Amino acid sequence: MQKIIKSIIVFLFIFVLLVFYNSLDRETNYSTDYLVGNKLEKINLKSFDDDKIYTSEDFKKSRYTLINFWASWCAPCRIEHPYLMQLSKEKNLKILGVNFKDKKINASKFLNELGNPYYYMTKDTTGKQSVNFGIYGIPESILINNETIVLKKFVGPLNEQNFNDIKEIINSL
Amino acid sequence: MLSNTGNFLLFINIFLSFLIIYNSFKCLKIKNNLIFKNIYQISLLQSTLILICFFTLTSAFIVSDFSLITVYQNSHSLKPLFYKISGTWGNHEGSLLLWVIILTIFSFLFLIYNKNHPKNYRLHTLIIQNLLILGFLLFIIFNSNPFSSINPIPKEGLGLNPILQDPALAIHPPLLYIGFVGSSIYFSAAMASMISNYSGSLFAQSIKSWVLISWIFQTLGILVGSIWAYYELGWGGFWFWDPVENASLLPWFAMTALLHSLLVLEKRNTLYFWTIILCLMTFTLSVTGTFLVRSGILNSVHTFANDPSRGIYILVFLSLMIFASIYFLFSKYKPTNDLINSNSKETFVLINNWFMMFYLITVLLGTLYPIFTDAISDNKISVGPPFYNSVIIPVVIAFLFFMAIGPQAKWIKNKFSNLRSILLILSGAIIINFAIVYFLKSYSLISNLILISSLFLIMSSIFDFFKQSKLSFPRIVSHLSFGFLILFIGLNHNFSVEKDFNLKLGEAKKIDDYEFALLDLKLSQENNYKAVVGKLEVNNSNTMKRRVLYPEIRIYDNPQTLTYEASIQTNFLGDHYLTMSNIDRSEYYNIKFQHKPLMIWIWISVLLLSFGGFLSLFKNAKNN
Repeated sequence: MQKIIKSIIVFLFIFVLLVFYNSLDRETNYSTDYLVGNKLEKINLKSFDDDKIYTSEDFKKSRYTLINFWASWCAPCRIEHPYLMQLSKEKNLKILGVNFKDKKINASKFLNELGNPYYYMTKDTTGKQSVNFGIYGIPESILINNETIVLKKFVGPLNEQNFNDIKEIINSL
Repeated sequence: MLSNTGNFLLFINIFLSFLIIYNSFKCLKIKNNLIFKNIYQISLLQSTLILICFFTLTSAFIVSDFSLITVYQNSHSLKPLFYKISGTWGNHEGSLLLWVIILTIFSFLFLIYNKNHPKNYRLHTLIIQNLLILGFLLFIIFNSNPFSSINPIPKEGLGLNPILQDPALAIHPPLLYIGFVGSSIYFSAAMASMISNYSGSLFAQSIKSWVLISWIFQTLGILVGSIWAYYELGWGGFWFWDPVENASLLPWFAMTALLHSLLVLEKRNTLYFWTIILCLMTFTLSVTGTFLVRSGILNSVHTFANDPSRGIYILVFLSLMIFASIYFLFSKYKPTNDLINSNSKETFVLINNWFMMFYLITVLLGTLYPIFTDAISDNKISVGPPFYNSVIIPVVIAFLFFMAIGPQAKWIKNKFSNLRSILLILSGAIIINFAIVYFLKSYSLISNLILISSLFLIMSSIFDFFKQSKLSFPRIVSHLSFGFLILFIGLNHNFSVEKDFNLKLGEAKKIDDYEFALLDLKLSQENNYKAVVGKLEVNNSNTMKRRVLYPEIRIYDNPQTLTYEASIQTNFLGDHYLTMSNIDRSEYYNIKFQHKPLMIWIWISVLLLSFGGFLSLFKNAKNN
């Protein structure tokens, strides 16, 4: 019996040390830069108004899609809004809004007040779906093409420079 | 020049360690109880030279000698002198040198202060401690040398991480190091005790002071780190169950258990192997913590740079320590028949140990579990405060009751004294609790129980103060302050107020009883940073009090970093805490306001807790 206990203890320590060894090479810094150039696989977003679910199939129709994560409680979202309104007029681009951890009534009020730039309107009330997109702050935007490959990521509100970048990408052939 | 001196001293120290080990083996062969005089001399020389080596590095920091990579990477000529000095241990390489200093000095002090213990035991302790010293010296020289030079010599350094430029952070590492590196000496002593068959109460006496010293400093080190995180990191609390905080708490639990089991070993000559296990466990956990933090597995301000080779070295060292411990433990272990009465003091000390082990295992699991799931299944999870709070808090209630009752029990005898007073105190605690609940209008079963149990401990400790002999004074102080600590944590947790909102210049906002206004923003230029200072007015409509707080956003030049300095107004009733952060490309600022009642008393309780340890150390020194 004692022998068994002793061997269990030794194996336990060997196991722990092996796990430590294995953890040494792992990247622990959280970064989402790797997303650029990758294909977004697990798109599964609920519609803002009804029960429709949007998947990657839906984004194949338009040449480019800008996924914008926003919320009515987010002050910087107001600042980038005029750029989104202008971008919504571009014919090569459709904007997908993901309303993040928000109340429907507040979100609607926000859009009534400032205008609605979104071609698709979806919501992520718990914030869990956005994790799949590597989102860790609001606002963030991701520009994808019709194969759902990420072309560019914008952390923070869009500015003049970002606006021009997006226009340049979507209007190049 | 300084690089050569430093390297030379490091090599001399390696040589001296070998010399001590060689002479100790030679001395062991001679059959008398005398230790060669030259062993003392070499040990003294070793301690002196390692101190000189450390001062060499410090002077390189003071004169900004950027020919050393460590100085170049962690200092800057414009930095205030105080932070140039503390920069010596504010980096991986320099702090390792501090490790070796503590290992060496403790080794020397243990040798000269234990003259009435057998030669075999002392020499074996010295040998094992010097093996540890050698391990770390080799690590420094081959992997993390603070004296590595750089050519061509840069004109200016990169600067010390701004959040480390803080008085609390300047003293936090030395305090914590004396704590957990100090535990190395009873690791060595425990191994030596098994090798030389020196067990029982005399062994307990030989290490008691060292356990106390490391416990006091570990407590203070954790306290200072915690205070720093409170005002510098802008987290606004006293404990966050951050993996790095946990890494310092794990050895603390083991030390606390050890302190108590040593009492039993000293008085009753039982629990020897358990005490040995605790000695080995404390230092092993310290090295494990260092491994997790330094290898970059846990990310924090302590992760100076990610370098897997560093991790591998500490891991090999850790494995050797663990397997050597296991080998000696298994080969020397003899089942003992410890007869312990169920109502005796021994039982209560054992109960303390069970609780400590429970906390230790909980925190260890919570800290390691994410690492394990990540390594095994690629699944990233995080274990946060809800886990620890829900597992630990209910158990603390029972723990406090035992902590109050335990000291009433007698050694060996199956008898309780003062049963009636215990019941009286308990009723008193319940009444006070309901008075607090009635006046402050907050109710939750668990927090009521926390308040009752902590009040029970406080009142029985005060009762003991008048009833028991002066000899128990250190214990009374520690138990009393622990009771206060939990009481203040409970009250602080229940009555804290937190508001989080965005505000722009000139705007005012009313939230519940508070009205906030951002009156002004000023740019100020300091020596090594510039700062945006906000002027925020906080009006409390309930108490009609008006406060003005000045949170800062600092922009450091070397290296370029942004930090958020909380503005804190402290008084004896509570803290008003406010942080301001800029929102990227927006005129709004994110404001986090908190009212934390009795905050300062949490710090004072911990200070008092370590003071109890200090009194015990003083008493122990007087007795021996």
